Order: sequence, then C-alpha cells, then structure tokens
Amino acid sequence: MSTLHTVNKSPFERNSLDSCLSVAAEGATVLLIEDAVGGALQNTAVAPALSDAMGKGVKFAVLGEDLRARGLSADRVLDGVSVVDYAGFVQLACDHDNVQNWL
Amino acid sequence: MSDTKTFVYMNRKAPYGTVYALESLEVVLIGAAFEQDVKLVFMDDGVYQLTKNQDTDGIGMKNFSKTYSALGDYDVNQIYVCEQSLKDRGLTLDDLQELTYEDEDDDWAEKSSIHLVSRDQIAEIVGTADVLLNF
Repeated sequence: MSTLHTVNKSPFERNSLDSCLSVAAEGATVLLIEDAVGGALQNTAVAPALSDAMGKGVKFAVLGEDLRARGLSADRVLDGVSVVDYAGFVQLACDHDNVQNWL
Repeated sequence: MSDTKTFVYMNRKAPYGTVYALESLEVVLIGAAFEQDVKLVFMDDGVYQLTKNQDTDGIGMKNFSKTYSALGDYDVNQIYVCEQSLKDRGLTLDDLQELTYEDEDDDWAEKSSIHLVSRDQIAEIVGTADVLLNF
C-alpha cells in the first residue's frame, strides 16, 4: 500500500506538513500544492525536515503551477523534489493506492 | 492636515491560497484616497506577496502582484519587510519586486519604498499606529 499525501497549507504557518511527515511511510509521496509550495525551496527553515523524510524513503513533489504563481522558480527547489504539472498530479494520484489530504 | 492618522497594515498571508492578500491590497488602495500616513508591514508568509515574476496563468487566478508597484503613486511608500521571515523561507531582497516612489521633498528623486526590518522594528512600527488593520 502506498499513499499520496497532499499538503496545501504553508509549513511556516501551520503544522500540516509536520503531521504529514510524522505519518508518511517509506514509498509514500508528499505533494506540496497551493500555500505549501514555499516549503519545497532550498535554504528554508523546513528544508531539514524534508531532507530527513527523504532519507526515510519518502518522495516529494511540488506543483509547478503553484510555484510560478508565487514567483518561485522551479530551479530553486530542493534536490530530490520533482516539479509536476496538473497532469503529473493526476498521475501521482493514479500511481498510489490512496490520497490523504492534510487540509 | 491636522486629522491625519497613521494606518498600519499587517500582512501575514501568502497570496492566492487565501483571499487575505488581495483584500488587504484593495483596502490599502481605497484608503490611499484619504491622504493618510500609511505603513505596510509584510511578515511571516506575507513576504510571498511581494515576490517578482508571479505568473498565475497556470492556476486561473488574477495576478494582482503588479498592483503593488502602483502604490508609490498613491503616496504609499513606507513598506516594511521582515528580514527574518524572508530568511526562514530561503528568500532575499533580490527575490522581491522593486517598489519605488518619487520623493517630492528631494527633487522627485526615485527611491525604494521597501525597508528590511527586524521584529523589534516591527513592534515599533505597530506602536505608531492610530489604526491597525490585520490581514
């Protein structure tokens, strides 16, 4: 069983990402969308938490459309975070058994 | 004008995910018509509002970021950005759009409206407010 976790709240404002990472298991993917996309950048206060999770086998993706809307360049995201478009979002949902939304 | 008041707008939300940023900007523009002393503070996720190169075509929402550059023409030229909030988000001043105004007291020289500030300085700015509006 693998789960796609979607997080749409800013990790600098809410604990949604923290909670998500505490539950996300090896083989899961965490997709950052909407106000959460800032958490995908390099050199942020939450970058170490993402790196730790990657070390445990959790994959990460971020929605490119939401990055661009906020003026955040795709080449600023952390190594290991893949930038996907809406079609990629759908593909991720199909590739996992469940989708958990951390609203 | 003796009845000028200091309006401080606190902006703490990222744009697009919620409507706070757009609502704040609209209130600022409406208020600008009344020739008051206006200060805008951007802290926490509010700093994302001022990033340059915003492109909302992909999310089907109105890109209101260009409106910030008009604020200088409305004498809204005291814009304070929390330096720590930028740092926490991996951002620097270079990631923000340039916001300028023409200083009528200095031969209309073009000057930056943006000032990087500490939390202590934000406390001082809030302390000057006759009217404090939070978004």
